[in-house]
Amino acid sequence: MKERVIESALLLAALSSVAITVGIVGTLIYESASFFAHVPFRDFVTDTLWTPLFASPHFGILPLVGGTLVTTAVALAVALPIGTIVAIYLSEFAPATVREIIKPALELLSAVPTVVYGYFALQFMSPLLQKLIPGLPTFNMLSAGVVMGIMIIPYVSSLSEDAMRAVPMALREGAYAMGANRIITALKVVYPSALSGIVASYILAISRAIGETMIVAIAAGMQPNLTIDPREPAATITAFIVQVSLGDLPHGSIGYQSIFAAGITLFIMTLAFNILGYILRKRFREAY
Amino acid sequence: MGDFGKIVAKRKRQDFAFNIIGIVCTLIGIVTLGALLVDLLIDGIGRLDLGFLTSFPSRFADRAGILSSWVGTLLIMIVTAFTAVPLGVAAGVYLEEYARKNWLTNLIEINIANLAGVPSIIYGLMALGLLVYKFRLGQSVLTGGLTLAFLILPIVIVATREALRTIPQGIRESAYALGSTKWQVVRHHLLPYSIGGTMTGIIIALSRAIGETAPLITIGALTFIAFLPPPPISAQPPFLSFEWLWSPFSVLPIQMFNWVSRPDQEFVVNAAAAGLVLIVVTLSLNAIAIIIRYRVRKRIKW
Repeated sequence: MKERVIESALLLAALSSVAITVGIVGTLIYESASFFAHVPFRDFVTDTLWTPLFASPHFGILPLVGGTLVTTAVALAVALPIGTIVAIYLSEFAPATVREIIKPALELLSAVPTVVYGYFALQFMSPLLQKLIPGLPTFNMLSAGVVMGIMIIPYVSSLSEDAMRAVPMALREGAYAMGANRIITALKVVYPSALSGIVASYILAISRAIGETMIVAIAAGMQPNLTIDPREPAATITAFIVQVSLGDLPHGSIGYQSIFAAGITLFIMTLAFNILGYILRKRFREAY
Repeated sequence: MGDFGKIVAKRKRQDFAFNIIGIVCTLIGIVTLGALLVDLLIDGIGRLDLGFLTSFPSRFADRAGILSSWVGTLLIMIVTAFTAVPLGVAAGVYLEEYARKNWLTNLIEINIANLAGVPSIIYGLMALGLLVYKFRLGQSVLTGGLTLAFLILPIVIVATREALRTIPQGIRESAYALGSTKWQVVRHHLLPYSIGGTMTGIIIALSRAIGETAPLITIGALTFIAFLPPPPISAQPPFLSFEWLWSPFSVLPIQMFNWVSRPDQEFVVNAAAAGLVLIVVTLSLNAIAIIIRYRVRKRIKW
């Protein structure tokens, strides 16, 4: 009897995670439904202006999506190559002692609070880049993206390295026996064999970058701006939500509903990448 | 033979070149971490004194402090820990030890994997719509703590499961052979043996929660608070008070964000000092977690 009660209680705890998901999806749908009752969906996806709090409001999500995609692209341009090289280096080249020290040290990068990274992007990276690129404004997507990229290096390097180390030694030995050196073995044998895990780490990095908030809210500027030039300032979806939340918006107003419409867009974007990652993992699954 | 020698030499050069590239790329991350710490130290160390820790925020940069925000962070963490730890450990134990292979277990597992990929600000929106307005908990310490608890729940669950998985099956079987029930096995063997791994996960999860800013801004945490929540212990009976749960709050990262977004350079110095406090707390927690993990790995030999 007691055993049954305990098992049920534990099951309830496990189900609480499902309740959270239901809560998230339910709230987003419920609140943005009232948003789309005011704003035609067509305008939401085609209008190129996002000014929900102006006297003549426009509700085009494109500028915010654009800002999110540009900062994400910059971050990935930093994190994917560097993270992959670090993973190959740690897994295939570095001596065990170096790996044991470097890996936890790199993981500390993801332990630093993002608001501190925001400070670093605005107060350190931006002035630094201004010296290299004349005319760069203080608030710009480039410095936010670069700092964000460095922050997500450990997500890429750590998971990719785990995947590469799981590749059986025999595959490497086969390559060495054919006369391949370490780098050729790493690129032509180990990397493709570990692809499922590596792709999973890339997808995780993408979804982190899309959802990252404080770095862009502090360093990328708060103005919606439809551009693909990373040197310009622009607001992302997340930065807009922060900006509106800082003000005092009455519950049920259109501004209040607009953050949920922005939120559901963000949620769908990250969900799409998570599902894509799941599919790719299944497809590239290597069975040893 | 000469050709062969050349090819070998070329291959060796390639390896050597990549070795250099690998070291440089690894250093980029480490050097950035170093630059960030040094940058904060240079900007903020001069501002960091006892007065800074014991003053309320102020319009005047040199009188402003982080008293209300570090107290807020502490209270939020109490709520978060008391919610996320029991829930997460219980869920982890269920999934690892009790769950049968069926659609429900599958659903829960896929769901947890997915939750871990949801951006933190989305949790804030959920809390705003559901906790603040539907359940009428207000923009309180309780709401903030619950929000962060939901956010770190997947981390605690995964850590608990991984810790349980390292315990050899033989331990369970020996306990069953002596007539233990499932719960006795969990209570007297599995939980004590897995405590090291679970604690590591919990500490890392809490250190992440301390640095979280966006979800708390979303639920409407204040950026300027010049009072403290009512104390949890009072001189009169019943001595314990939970009034503080309903109090509005600010937290360290929000205070830092508020200061960094002001154009005034003096406030930026305050932001650096607050950032220094924040980073010392989170990095120390991570260091503790690494030490526990190392000790556990050394001590336990199955």
